[in-house]
Formats: sequence, C-alpha cells, structure tokens
Amino acid sequence: MPKVTYVQSDGTSRTVEATVGRSLMQVAIDHGVDGIVAECGGNAMCATCHVYVDPARLDDLGPLCSDEEEMLDCTASPRAATSRLSCQLPVTEDLDGLVLRLPEEQL
Amino acid sequence: MITLDDDPFADEVLADPVPLHRRLRDAGPVVRLGRYDVWAMARAEEVTQALNDPATFCSSAGVGLSDFRKETPWRPPSLLLEADAPEHDRARHTVTSVLTPKVVKTYRDTFAREAEKLVAALVARGEFDAVADFAEAFPLKVFPDAVGLPAEGREHLLPYGAMVFNGFGPRNHLFTEAMERGAVAREWIAEHCRAENLAPGGLGARIHEAASEFTEEERALLVRSFLSAGVDTTVHALGNAVLCFALYPDQWAALREKPESSRAAFEEVVRFTSPVQTFFRTTTRDVEIGGVRIPAGEKVLLFLAAANRDPRRWPDADTFDITRRAAGHVGFGSGVHACVGQMFARLEGEVLLAELARRVTTIELAGEPRPQLSNTLRGLASLPVRVR
Repeated sequence: MPKVTYVQSDGTSRTVEATVGRSLMQVAIDHGVDGIVAECGGNAMCATCHVYVDPARLDDLGPLCSDEEEMLDCTASPRAATSRLSCQLPVTEDLDGLVLRLPEEQL
Repeated sequence: MITLDDDPFADEVLADPVPLHRRLRDAGPVVRLGRYDVWAMARAEEVTQALNDPATFCSSAGVGLSDFRKETPWRPPSLLLEADAPEHDRARHTVTSVLTPKVVKTYRDTFAREAEKLVAALVARGEFDAVADFAEAFPLKVFPDAVGLPAEGREHLLPYGAMVFNGFGPRNHLFTEAMERGAVAREWIAEHCRAENLAPGGLGARIHEAASEFTEEERALLVRSFLSAGVDTTVHALGNAVLCFALYPDQWAALREKPESSRAAFEEVVRFTSPVQTFFRTTTRDVEIGGVRIPAGEKVLLFLAAANRDPRRWPDADTFDITRRAAGHVGFGSGVHACVGQMFARLEGEVLLAELARRVTTIELAGEPRPQLSNTLRGLASLPVRVR
C-alpha cells in the first residue's frame, strides 16, 4: 500500500498506509487525521478537506474538475497553486511517498 | 434474498422507525418489500454505493414510490432532485454556484443575531413548544429572508413542504391529507418562485440571474427547489436536536462546556435522527448487489436513516454522541444529488445550538413529545420543554 504523509499546520506529521481507490480525504478520516473536516462527506460541496500538495508531485494527481475549481475559491485558508480538495483525489500506487500539508483552518 | 411484509409507511413505523431499520439491515444487503413490490437497501455500504452510482440508480423516474415513466407526477418534476445527467448537471451547477460555502458564510452574522433574539425570548418564557416556537420559528424567519420572500404568506411553506415529502410515499392517508392541506399553498409557492416576487439580492433573485440560459419557467422551478427542500428538513433537524438534548442531558452538558462544538453536534443530530429518512431510486440496468440481482426499471428504496445507524459502519451506532466524527453519514444524501443546501442547514444548526448552549443550563421535557408523521421525514409535531 502506498504511504502518504499528512503534515499539520504546526509541523507535526502522520504517515499512514493509504488504500488504493479510497480518496485522500477518506484515508485521513479512516486514520483519524486531524485537520481534515470533510463535512459534506466527499461531494465537493464544503471545501473543508483542503490540502496543499507537494509541488513536485502535482502532476501525479488528476486534473481539477470544474466543481473542485469552484470549491477551491471557498476555502477557509488561502488558496495556493498547490491547493486541492483531498476528496477529489483517489489514491493510486503512484502516490507512494506523497506529502500533503494541511491548512491552518478548514471552516 | 429475504422478502419482508412490513409497511415502512405505516403510522406506527413512521413514529418509531428504528426497529424496522434494524430488521432491514439484518435481513441482508438487499431486501424485497412485498407490500409495494419494490427493493430496499438499509446498510451503509450499499446505500452509499447506490447514491454514488446515479447512472445505475437514477432519479428521473422520481425519487418517491411513484414511477414517472408510468404515472404523471402531481407537480412538474424538479430539475434538480428528479433529473439525471446531463440535464441535472446544468441545473445543479447553476444552484451550487449560488450556494457556495463563501456565499453561505455571508449570512453568518445575520443568522447569529436572529438566534440571539429568539433564544433570549424563549429563555425569558421558560416553557415553550420547541417545535413551533424554536425549530419552526428560526428557519421560517432566516431562510425565507435569505431567499428574498415577502413576510406575508410564509405560512404556506410548511404545508407545501409536507405535501412534497409525503408525496414521495404511497397514496396513504398521510399523502391524501397533505395534498388537501397544501392545496392552497401551491399557488402561492408557484407565484413566489417568479423573479418579480423575489427581493433583489436574495438567493432566489440570484438563481434567476445565474440561470440565464434556462427558460423563465425553468428558473422558477429551480427556485422552487429552495422552498421545497430548505424548510421542513431544517425544522425537523432542529426539533430533533432539542429532543436529543432533553433525552441525553450528558450530551447537553458536553455542548454547554464547548458551545463552539455546536456544528459537530448538529452533524450528529442529523446522523442519529436522519430528518430525511428515505429516498427511492430506479434501476437503469440489471445490477447485482451483494449477490442479489435487481432487474432494470425497478424502484429501490434507500433507507438513509438505517445506513446512518448501521453498526457495520458506526461504532455504538445507536448512541447519540456529539464528540463522534459523524462526517460520512448520508443524512444529506451523497453523490451528485447530495443536498445542495447542506451548508446552509449546518450554519442554521450551528448558530442556533451554540446560542442555546450559551444561554440554557438544562432542557427538560414539559410534556410528551408528539411525532409528526411523514412518508419521508422524521420529526416532531410538538415538543413541550422547560429550560433554565
């Protein structure tokens, strides 16, 4: 299973084994990672599973769809070029070693 | 595969649906409901899967028992709820562009001020009906204000909602009574979905602006979705919340200690009580679920409420615990048809419960809670309480 690391805004980090096919949001929830709220349960409606992706790995992720694009304009912490919604990112083997930084606030 | 003869729309089941939900889950991943000749799913995994597969489990044949391909619906179908891709995508996109979390946040201060006023008045009274005076009073003020409806005529919103949500069930006495009671409301609702009757700057007016590619009639139907879906659901969630806190004072104490956790508490209320209990889907092809083959063109009843209390998914599923991480419940649905107003509902629940938690030490029942029977919703008709 690919390993993914979630880094909190205070610098503490958790590396977890991610099940292929689940979303990076679901993986965080499955492992009780704080800092991902995911209010809408993964439907790209709440912008509370915002993450900053390691810029070197952005190309390993699928492209932004229009829903995600719009929702990223609604995040509580500032949007960056590396911003994604973790509910829209399915885990693949290629993501092994991926590091996600979590924003200061989600709500 | 097991066939059950139970009537999920019988009065006594609607008044206390939990035992049937348990039996449905235990009977298997897919169950046959003999009485209505339909299929049912009640486990979290299968319900979620079906909601997230709109190509197989479609909505355009209606999300109630009635099959729109065989019967004429009692009102023009909703462009959102009762539609499939690609038409649904267009309508959905228009509405989400107006209801973004950013827009919802702009209502926070207004809602908080209204919550302060309402709670102060209720605390002064000490004893009140938590349905009429609290759970109905708040959404009936803030939501129509936000949509841009005039102050007069709002009393039509609840009978209209009752008609919509009972209309998803069989033609039982609840259906007939709701249709009779709501008859007068229909015209008012239709009238107030039109651009000229909606205040400028409100959500209704914004829908009309955002939906410029739609016909005038379609734009009105999009606004109608707000009026159908945005009131009764929230009313029931708020009433159920007060009942939960009256029945579980330890949870009220926990919220009192941390009023800032009211948003999570509201989420747990939605999981635990599921104001929207069920929706139907219709299969578009033969599909196999959990070893059971459902043919194409069949109605499938999805028990959202049962999924939200599935012990296969939720530890201590039948325990009301506001510290639980309730995200992932299907109380607002899931997938492309997930409730488009859910961020609004959360804001209403959050500000109102937080205000109540700051002002009220104890909530006690002052009489028997009375359920409000509905073919789709679970909530209360009255809830006499005493607060200190």
